[in-house]
Amino acid sequence: MAEHDLPLLVVDGVSATYNHAIAALQGVSFAVRRGEIVALLGANGAGKTTALKALSNLLPAERGQITAGSIRFDGRDVTATAPADLVRSGLVQVLEGRHCFRNLTVEENLITGGIGRSARRPEIADDLEKIYLQFPRLKAKRRTLAGLTSGGEQQMTAIGRALMSRPRLLVLDEPSMGLAPLVVRDIFETLRKLNQETGLAILVAEQNSTVALKYAHRATILENGISVLSDSTENLRNGNDVTKFYLGERTVPLAVAKPANQLTEAGT
Amino acid sequence: MSGFDWQFFVEVLIGGLLSGVMYSLVAIGFVLIYKTSGVLNFAQGAMLLFAALTFVSLVERGVPFALALIITFAVMVVIGIAIERVVLRPLTNRSPMTLFMATLGLSYILEGAAQLIWGTQVHGLDLGIDDVPFEVGGVLISQFDLFAAAIAAALVLFLSVFFRYTRVGLAFRAVADDQFAALAVGLRLPRIWATVWAVAGLVALVAGLLWGARLGVQFSLSLVVLKALPVLVLGGFDSIPGAIVGGLLIGATEKLAEVYIGEYFGGGTESWFAYVVALAFLLIRPSGIFGQKLVERV
Repeated sequence: MAEHDLPLLVVDGVSATYNHAIAALQGVSFAVRRGEIVALLGANGAGKTTALKALSNLLPAERGQITAGSIRFDGRDVTATAPADLVRSGLVQVLEGRHCFRNLTVEENLITGGIGRSARRPEIADDLEKIYLQFPRLKAKRRTLAGLTSGGEQQMTAIGRALMSRPRLLVLDEPSMGLAPLVVRDIFETLRKLNQETGLAILVAEQNSTVALKYAHRATILENGISVLSDSTENLRNGNDVTKFYLGERTVPLAVAKPANQLTEAGT
Repeated sequence: MSGFDWQFFVEVLIGGLLSGVMYSLVAIGFVLIYKTSGVLNFAQGAMLLFAALTFVSLVERGVPFALALIITFAVMVVIGIAIERVVLRPLTNRSPMTLFMATLGLSYILEGAAQLIWGTQVHGLDLGIDDVPFEVGGVLISQFDLFAAAIAAALVLFLSVFFRYTRVGLAFRAVADDQFAALAVGLRLPRIWATVWAVAGLVALVAGLLWGARLGVQFSLSLVVLKALPVLVLGGFDSIPGAIVGGLLIGATEKLAEVYIGEYFGGGTESWFAYVVALAFLLIRPSGIFGQKLVERV
């Protein structure tokens, strides 16, 4: 029982560099508990993508390395586990920009997720049906090359592909990127449904903090490679100026906001 | 032009196309590895030599044909896996030029090893096919060339089915499409690369036997890679259909050029004409006929 009280994913004081030179993370800590949706918020270049790549042990493939701290998924040291083995242990990531296999059909894309888990053929067929129930659009497009489908369909394909690996923690990097608000809502509704019905834990990095705060239970805010704030989304939504500053609702804290206002007035 | 001898033209054309198939065979070995790992494997020619030399030497030592074929294939698979393990894996994430240089070095090691083990003398290789031409509608066709083309076609068919309908094939295409995504999806890249190198070994074996039977098995066999380069320029480095069409085009044009315009250059155009074609092609269509066009909707 005590084991189950441990969070599923623990990121503790992680620093990371690219090429041993460019510091991307300088102390990031957050955790994802079972059955929870956690949002990772922050501006461009705050370190969200690096943090997510680090926890799927994908940094070495991009000449990045973790220089301090630890990442544990279900008690296992992530940095000592091959990405393929992390997928098999239930940690599956949907990359930023979707990264569908463009020259493969939608269905072939989904099947690769099953292969990534080393699933048997009947299991793959079962899982395909489940994904098509979840995303009926994909069933209609199953024979289309993924590169020729719309952005929303590609995002669904990428999510479906990840679900084919039967994750326990689904990690998504900017699923809203470049998509129409209605499509974004659909995708987040589906994620919430998955979370509520199957208890799937979800970690989602977003620039779109409004959407993320609406669907997530808790959120961590990154700023310049440091996790500056972690709280329940309820508190963050009703938060003070500092929170609003980090979430981009106010360009600068209220105390120094006056000159900025004058500038915009002068501009109009 | 009333005196134009069409029958002769067709004969030269067919001869060119059939020898082009042999170029395609070598080019396919390149494409397989380039598509999945982005490595331009200069050692493909050395692998070809190694395979042919191993096979011939086994047969000369009294090993039955079929058994020698199986043993040589096994050896090529082991070599393919060893290359992935020892040479390429430590170099993951290095620049394409580094990887290319590594395969260049590798080609010397393979050539040297082949000759160290089996000696440097020239071996004849008899696949049991007579090279007597036969006549179809007044056109002479080389029996051996036809046999070689049939083998190449069978190999291409086998590879197509393999990549289209098996899980390994699907994984292969996924890696070729987006390596980083394949990694994130959980595909085991080292295993896929090892498989690809093994398949490239099989292609090298088939090409080595056919080329060896025609030219004799000797050191210069590894130089057929140089003929594969213009084929790749024409067809695109990442397309198997491109390698086939490119090979046919190069084979046909160089034979036709030799026969019809060769005399203006004092003959011997066959050794360089392919490169001129490739050069001209680079100016018009740098990605080749079938080179990857990005499938994208914006």
